[in-house]
Amino acid sequence: MNNLIVSNTALGLTGVFVGLALWIGYREKLGIAKDLIIATFCCVIQLFVVGYVLKYVFRVDSWLLTLLLILVIIFNGAYNAKGRSNDLKNSFPISLLAIATSTLVILLVLVFAGAVKFIPSQIIPLTGMIVSNSMVAMGLCFRTMNSMFTDRRSQILEMLALGASPMTASKGIIRDAIKTGLQPTIDTAKTVGLVALPGMMSGMIFAGADPVLAIKYQIMVTFMLLGITSISSMIGCYLGYQSFYNQRQQLIK
Amino acid sequence: MPQLATSNLTYQATGRSIINGIDWSLEKQEIVTITGPSGSGKSTFVRLLASLLEPTSGTITFDDQDIETLDPIAYRRRVSYAVQQPTLFGKTVRENLAFPYQLRKKPFDEQHAVKALQTVDLGASDLDREITSLSGGEKQRVALLRNVMFVPEVLIMDEVTTGLDSDSKGSVHKMIDYFNDRHQLSVIMITHDEEELKHAHNLYRLADGKLAEVDQHE
Ligand SMILES: Nc1ncnc2c1ncn2[C@@H]1O[C@H](COP(=O)(O)OP(=O)(O)O)[C@@H](O)[C@H]1O
Ligand SMILES: [Mg+2]
Repeated sequence: MNNLIVSNTALGLTGVFVGLALWIGYREKLGIAKDLIIATFCCVIQLFVVGYVLKYVFRVDSWLLTLLLILVIIFNGAYNAKGRSNDLKNSFPISLLAIATSTLVILLVLVFAGAVKFIPSQIIPLTGMIVSNSMVAMGLCFRTMNSMFTDRRSQILEMLALGASPMTASKGIIRDAIKTGLQPTIDTAKTVGLVALPGMMSGMIFAGADPVLAIKYQIMVTFMLLGITSISSMIGCYLGYQSFYNQRQQLIK
Repeated sequence: MPQLATSNLTYQATGRSIINGIDWSLEKQEIVTITGPSGSGKSTFVRLLASLLEPTSGTITFDDQDIETLDPIAYRRRVSYAVQQPTLFGKTVRENLAFPYQLRKKPFDEQHAVKALQTVDLGASDLDREITSLSGGEKQRVALLRNVMFVPEVLIMDEVTTGLDSDSKGSVHKMIDYFNDRHQLSVIMITHDEEELKHAHNLYRLADGKLAEVDQHE
């Protein structure tokens, strides 16, 4: 892995690109200077912190610390999914349950199948990938449900009036929301490798690994992401639709 | 004992009383008509009756039982609400008439469906028609049949005849009379239609959140 050499000077020089973005923003009067500067600082600080934390965790190599970090990642993911839910009721506990369940299921399968080892340098990056995809799927599910429960309000009322349960009346929406949650992962899987080499595979190739080994890992990751987004979308939607009804099985909001 | 009754029924939305302390009752097998200006809260009132909205205060009783104590789904099958602008499900008339069977996990009874179609002057040949080929009046009649495939005890019709041609209106009234007569169905009908108002026996007007009986000899 000795062909990875980013000197601090080289890193500093790439900062020129930020200057370029700033200049374009100024010239075109985009009014994004403040955002750009904040983004730059966030990016640098967050990554440095993460880098040093990971370095520490990898060196200590304790399963307890690894587990703790997994929980932190899951918690952050759920918090972010809640932020994308347009104030859907109970979105935090729902995403926490959906993300935690799907992450644990996938990690257990991968570890027991021997595909990965329960060591921090493998488990933590994987958890990051799983949770971020699950989080995006949950956000999509929540937003789809929110807009559909508004658009199809009268049709739902009609079914309830005929004596349908909220579950039956919401079936179509649940199905569409799960589909929407899965769509990005399916779309990505279709073009994987054709347009961009996915992050993990690029990373391995960058670090000098055999491309064929890298694609094996990438196939594993793609399958895993399909699994994760479907499990979490399903849990999220089947719990989430209930937030649109009250105890008397009436539509609210 | 009235079949359906409200006591001091109130519904507020965004700080305003849309329904303001209504005391009202309906007898078994009665047909009543409710009219009133647009936006006066007629739909709100009947949605409260159908347990599709939660009253802010007051109570609704059905056969002397507070409806809050009844299972909402079972109740809505007994007090059935037909909406103003219904959407038909799926692709064919059959799917729509089969929906109430599906809800009750019962096999579809084709003979019964044909009989139901005949009550609104449709027939066996309409069963497999695509919903896109139906006229507005036919759609409305098919939609209404979904409410009576399993005959409820009370049928609430929210301006279902608005905009219908007179033939379709006639069919709807024939259907109401049929179920009213054969099955002691009680009917609450909301309408603005001059003709329907003229023939109404028990007429109420909703205005300013209150429901008042209209003297029909004025
Ligand atoms: N959920 C709601 N929130 C706020 N206002 C509502 C709500 N539902 C109905 N309204 C208002 O209540 C009034 C009565 O509506 P509605 O019952 O549909 O009247 P009608 O059926 O007599 O035309 C209207 O002014 C309407 O804008
Ligand atoms: Mg109305």
